[in-house]
Amino acid sequence: MTKFNAWNVIKNGLNGQSYWTRQWRDPEPKSSYDVVIIGGGLHGLATAYYLAKNHNIKKVAVLEKGWIGGGNAGRNTTIVRSNYMMPGNHEFYEHSLKLWENLSHELNYNVMFSQRAHVSLFHSPGAKDSVSRIYNIMRLHGTDAELWDLKTLKKKIPHLNYHNSRFPILGAAVQKRAGNARHDAVAWGYARAADTLGVDILQNCEVTGFARKNGNIESIQTSRGIIKGKKIGFAVAGNTSVLWQMAELGNLPIESHKLQAFVSEAVKPLLDQVVVYGVGGAHFYISQSDKGSMVFGGDLDWYKSYAQRGNLPMVQDVAEAAMAIFPSLGRIRLLRHWAGVMDMTMDGSFFICKTPISNLYLNAGWNYGGFKASPASGWYFADLIANESPHNYVQNHNLERFEKGINIDERGAGPDPKLHG
Amino acid sequence: MIRINCPYCGERDHSEFSYGGDATINYPSLDASEKEWTEAIFFRKNIKGFQFETWHHSNGCRMWLVVERSTVTHEIKSIKPCHPDLQKVVKNNK
Repeated sequence: MTKFNAWNVIKNGLNGQSYWTRQWRDPEPKSSYDVVIIGGGLHGLATAYYLAKNHNIKKVAVLEKGWIGGGNAGRNTTIVRSNYMMPGNHEFYEHSLKLWENLSHELNYNVMFSQRAHVSLFHSPGAKDSVSRIYNIMRLHGTDAELWDLKTLKKKIPHLNYHNSRFPILGAAVQKRAGNARHDAVAWGYARAADTLGVDILQNCEVTGFARKNGNIESIQTSRGIIKGKKIGFAVAGNTSVLWQMAELGNLPIESHKLQAFVSEAVKPLLDQVVVYGVGGAHFYISQSDKGSMVFGGDLDWYKSYAQRGNLPMVQDVAEAAMAIFPSLGRIRLLRHWAGVMDMTMDGSFFICKTPISNLYLNAGWNYGGFKASPASGWYFADLIANESPHNYVQNHNLERFEKGINIDERGAGPDPKLHG
Repeated sequence: MIRINCPYCGERDHSEFSYGGDATINYPSLDASEKEWTEAIFFRKNIKGFQFETWHHSNGCRMWLVVERSTVTHEIKSIKPCHPDLQKVVKNNK
């Protein structure tokens, strides 16, 4: 694999770009591995990378039923932030943000991470108090957080709708180190870096069953043959329940819902931040990609679904929210919209934990927020698999927390998965 | 758009309705163990395929319905009122 650096760019520029090698191999499956990760999304690829890098476990395979980056990795609005307040969550997401800050260097791959600030608008004194509490908790834990008054906000983003009498904008809660990144590059960067360390990335390799022996999973039946794994990790987001039942493990505190993302035609530079608008039942977040497209999204489609396609009422809902906050987008045309299958959990927080099967580990339940979490998710999932005990930050992110009454519910929305947006 | 044929009102867009959730949950008795209650409140089959689920005709007759719908294709196989007595009334009126 040719490293990306100035010398190689110049050399290949003079040679007609003919000396670049392929980014990762397309190996045949071996009969057995030390660790098999099921799911070649950002979390699975990051896990494989950190297993090899941090824990020196290099006989690792990543099984992907389609192609890497073809699931939720390519179906998100690419927002990276760490504005969480619950114990466990804020440390975890802050670690993730720190990994993002060095990710391009770490992977030798430009993930185009742009710390352009995450601006969350508030529209009432009550909302200001509530968000101030969360952002103060963040500051107490060493995460950057600040409030912008109306004057600052108007200066930074002059073209918001400041004349909405129903929901007047009073200011914004801001995390300056937050921003976004290029989702495909993250998948490809992790794949390339993991492959360089010896990880086998097996695409078009769908899991069809498990063979059990002495309570453990001994081997995995796949569309590319039988693969043995000493340890097995699930990182399949919306399809976790399907694999879980294939392994005869019963029910999970997860429901699969779909979330849409939207991309408009490209326009000249218009928005230099990630803006979030959530009030009166609306939920809307928007940023501008480097190509100039406006990238935005809203709520779930509100009914359980495994279909990777969105429905029209939510398109209308999101368009209405866009017009309420950004009237200047009125004549912009939508290029594409698509849906990803979210693994919505009963308290809105994730699982990185052991399972009733001693050689099986679970990484799931990312709700709306899987993209930003992917580096830390890989980091701590690899740590769990290698050391067989969870790191302090994720010690309560397990399946037993509901029975124990230690739910990690950021929104306080209760046990209804679709409400944890 | 999913079209839901409400037994009281006729066929309407799903945007008139609110999705409830799994219609097959059996809540245990009040003195059942914590484990049983945890299972009923927090754990789901999360079926990929046809499932029974509740919908509320919130912008219509405000009745709760049990809908058998595929979570993959969104095709609907059957719709009936949630309450068993109302099921009989609807059936007798038809």
